[in-house]
Amino acid sequence: MAGEVPIEQLADDMFQVVSESAGQKKLKAKDLTKAVTAKYGDKISKDDTKAAIRLLIDSGRCVYGYFGGSSIELPHTEGSANE
Amino acid sequence: MSDELKTPLLDELEKGPWPSFITDLKSMADRPMVKDLLGQLEKSYRDKRGYWKHGGLVGIMGYGGGVIGRYSAIPEDFPGVSHFHTVRVNQPSGWFYTSEALNEIMDIWDEHGSGLTNMHGSTGDMVLLGTTTQELEPIFRELTAKDWDLGGSGSDLRTPSCCIGPARCENACYDTLALTYNITHKYQDELHRPMFNYKYKIKMSGCPNDCTAAMARSDMAIIGIWKDDIQIDQSAIAEYVDAGFNIQEYVIEKCPTKCITLEGKELKIDDSDCVKCVHCINVLPKALSPGKERGAAIALGGKAPIVDGALFATLIVPFIEIDEENGFEEVHDLLERIWEFWDEHGMNRERIGEFIERVTLKTFLEGIGVEPMPQQITQPRDNPYIFYEEYFEEETE
Repeated sequence: MAGEVPIEQLADDMFQVVSESAGQKKLKAKDLTKAVTAKYGDKISKDDTKAAIRLLIDSGRCVYGYFGGSSIELPHTEGSANE
Repeated sequence: MSDELKTPLLDELEKGPWPSFITDLKSMADRPMVKDLLGQLEKSYRDKRGYWKHGGLVGIMGYGGGVIGRYSAIPEDFPGVSHFHTVRVNQPSGWFYTSEALNEIMDIWDEHGSGLTNMHGSTGDMVLLGTTTQELEPIFRELTAKDWDLGGSGSDLRTPSCCIGPARCENACYDTLALTYNITHKYQDELHRPMFNYKYKIKMSGCPNDCTAAMARSDMAIIGIWKDDIQIDQSAIAEYVDAGFNIQEYVIEKCPTKCITLEGKELKIDDSDCVKCVHCINVLPKALSPGKERGAAIALGGKAPIVDGALFATLIVPFIEIDEENGFEEVHDLLERIWEFWDEHGMNRERIGEFIERVTLKTFLEGIGVEPMPQQITQPRDNPYIFYEEYFEEETE
């Protein structure tokens, strides 16, 4: 049943997925949604995953990036940035 | 302009009959950022290469769109444009501004940015050109304090835009301004938090004149249309004839389906053959107007030639109710089914038009739950080696 998993838990799981992919693959919001859906199935809804991504970004643990398409990444100083 | 800045190549762009953006830039070259912008541009023209670096992480806290990061690749030569980020500001529906509103924007931009603008970008946003990373949050704070917000960028719902609609145009078949406002507010998450395979642009035009060029420039074109007959004021037709206006040459002969005839001073239209090109309505505005049963047609897949080539939109829904009283429910219901199917089966950086081409229109229609209709195809089948499921079913029976 959707809503059974706390949003904070979903955000933590998503953060874990982003951390493990850092430097290897840029993940999109859809990738995070699929990862937690694979783990929790119908215990979560699409609105739950959206809320978890919002929490993840608003907490500053992850940021949006763009290179061709948009991705969710760990905060870092990008190579192209000037002082 | 400052005396020491020499721009012989850029100066060439000021010659000829057209207004030049170089002239505009020079008028503001007392600002270090603009002066260095001219300097770097001149160097680019001289060296035949660009000197911009992409900034993919700069933005506003919590937002995934609205800021496009740029850095100079040669900041030691042009420190004024070491950072030169663009800020997209969500424009009002139909681009209606008061002088006060424009002054608000420019006061903020003069203080925190270069002062350069592009009114407007191809999606429709106000585009504020050139600021630094440290100024982004102050700009955002001041904009939102005045009830402005950022527009879209990246793989998100791009800022919806529309024509002036019923505010000034009698041909508008629905309230484009109201629908744009509604979509913008309903999908704030989709606009600011990229969650799609790639960008998704929605443009609303009130009639088939399509003043926002939605068919060519948006993933989802919502074009005002009518179902019944074109309204004719025969007394106004008679006035055109009496005034010597050549209806035969300028209207009847230009009708693509030849469904118009003139008998004496009476104009007749066979509406069953009308394809709603609106040429006759444009040429005879005092006598003709769209029918009374109005709504919109929805076409998907228009795009510029990024990644794959340019696409013109494909008609998906010939007529849909545009009902403000029920919150535009029919439009939202369709839009969310489209997003869901595209999200599930689309590939990274695949626009909706490319997606439809890949999975085929038949599969796409099934996926979004829209019935196949003759209006969705441009011509009848001419390949006898393509078979339809219905034929097999008939043979089985």
